[in-house]
Amino acid sequence: MRKTNDVMHRRRKEGQFAQVMHRLRKNKAAMLGLSIVLVLIVLAILSPWIMPYDYTKMDIKNKYATPSADHWFGCDELGRDIFSRLLYGSRASLSLGLLATLLSTAIGVVLGSVVGYFGGKVDTVIMRLLDIFQAIPGMLLSIAISAALGSGFGNTIIALSIGGVPMTVRLLRGSILTVRKQEYIEAAEKINCSKLRIITSHILPNAIAPLIVSVTMGIGNTILQAACLSYIGLGVQPPTPEWGAMLSAGKSVITRYPHLCIFPGLCIMVIVLSFNMLGDGLRDAMDPKLKN
Amino acid sequence: MEVPMIEVRHLKKYFDTPKGLLHAVDDVSFKIGKGKTMGVVGESGCGKSTLGRTIIHLLESTDGQIFLNGEDITHVNRKKMHEINEKMQIVFQDPYSSLNPRQTVEEIIKEPLKLSGRYKTRAELNAKTEELMGLVGIDERLRLAYPHELDGGRRQRVGIARALALSPDFIVCDEPVSALDVSIQAQVLNLLQDLQQQRGLTYMFVTHDLSVVRHISDDICVMYLGQLVETAPAKELFAAPLHPYTKALLSAIPSTDIHSKQERIRLKGEITSPIDPKPGCRFAARCPYACENCRKLQELQELMPNHFVSCCRAKEINGL
Repeated sequence: MRKTNDVMHRRRKEGQFAQVMHRLRKNKAAMLGLSIVLVLIVLAILSPWIMPYDYTKMDIKNKYATPSADHWFGCDELGRDIFSRLLYGSRASLSLGLLATLLSTAIGVVLGSVVGYFGGKVDTVIMRLLDIFQAIPGMLLSIAISAALGSGFGNTIIALSIGGVPMTVRLLRGSILTVRKQEYIEAAEKINCSKLRIITSHILPNAIAPLIVSVTMGIGNTILQAACLSYIGLGVQPPTPEWGAMLSAGKSVITRYPHLCIFPGLCIMVIVLSFNMLGDGLRDAMDPKLKN
Repeated sequence: MEVPMIEVRHLKKYFDTPKGLLHAVDDVSFKIGKGKTMGVVGESGCGKSTLGRTIIHLLESTDGQIFLNGEDITHVNRKKMHEINEKMQIVFQDPYSSLNPRQTVEEIIKEPLKLSGRYKTRAELNAKTEELMGLVGIDERLRLAYPHELDGGRRQRVGIARALALSPDFIVCDEPVSALDVSIQAQVLNLLQDLQQQRGLTYMFVTHDLSVVRHISDDICVMYLGQLVETAPAKELFAAPLHPYTKALLSAIPSTDIHSKQERIRLKGEITSPIDPKPGCRFAARCPYACENCRKLQELQELMPNHFVSCCRAKEINGL
């Protein structure tokens, strides 16, 4: 009895966020993912001051230089320091990945809630429209939108996010359909909950879990897509370095100078993996049934 | 005559299915007096839950009228709906899906109070929440527990507290104990009865458990495939059922008396499909007394005081 009282007492003092963090802290993989993400974000912010070389400085003498004490990750085809470029490039990659995913999730959650909760004609019309979007390959869609809007940071975010919307809506709609059949939704209607309140405080908290994982994984995917866009000259414009663009640039010489691809590739892998681990942990931490 | 708390006249609820119209509730009429309990019994799928849900407007009625305290509430706008919700509530069957798993006990009970706008300060809200928890017998230390941490009986108590929060006059109990252990069933039933006495509540008690319905009801409605076949005061229905279906249903109650010689009536034949059914008695296909007349529309007739039967041969079968 004493112990239960302690638990109750503790829980009362903490808010919802603190509770989630408390549970997340116990998950080692998730904490590792979170720390890597945080470290990378800090490095990205500090990059102009901590990078050893100017990321645009060309040094033809060191063209394709392999990793050494001077150039930790070697140099690229123009003799630019890859380590510095990766550091500075994380700004573009991370912000593109995060913001584009955030935007597509925001749109997806709003649309998904509407079609999932209201159903009927609204559902049919919106879902068929999304089918049209989904019928176009994601990359092609991003290219088309990017070409129409022109390059630039904001436009690239829009171009990258639209392609992710149908998936988000579909995923959320599916889980909302199961949740809205539950009797607590009917009970909520009977205690005079407004529709908005039913969606935000009864449906979404119970339906959003699968989305969290897909969103965190989506960040990695978006970073890759952003890379493709910059490769064909539509995304982030050179000389601003961007991980994907660096990867693409290095791939023509991958057999002779693999370090041009390996380091950007590793960076992308690490960030995607960290986001995935974090997402997995978050899903568990947000489910009160799985706590402790 | 006293105005009944709930009156239903020729209520119909049809569902559009790919195969045709499913007559879930077909032409049901009855009254529930203030402070009384109406038990609704019938086999699975006979439309008893649908009836309850239609009355409190969880489902839109297809035809017929619903009266609350003499006021026609069949068709209402949103504002009126909110008023009605404060007078009619529901306790659900499954205490595992009727509570939001992400809300604590306290949040679940407090939500209707908060939304009603009756309580201005936080202190008032908390006091009322505590009062409700005490009323249904949930320990104060459980207020921050999540539903999955409670057993079925306690969950059902939380559900009852939520239904009581707006102090309704009428509560539809949709099989509130069928998902619980027998020992817990008794506790919850007693709680419901105590609450009825304290607050003068009117219940519509939907169940397929005949011993429960006998224990708790003043009047009983027997339903078969969407139709009301018989309604009578509880004692009288159990003592002298008039409809062939009710007779068969009651004969299926196991007796604790080993010397009891009571013959069980075994029904033969196929259950009629509730999808686009033919007019007339739906029980006719399985009824041992079925005749030509049963194909016609059956009227509910009062054979004894307050005892209504929908069977054209009820008189001759029972020798009245």
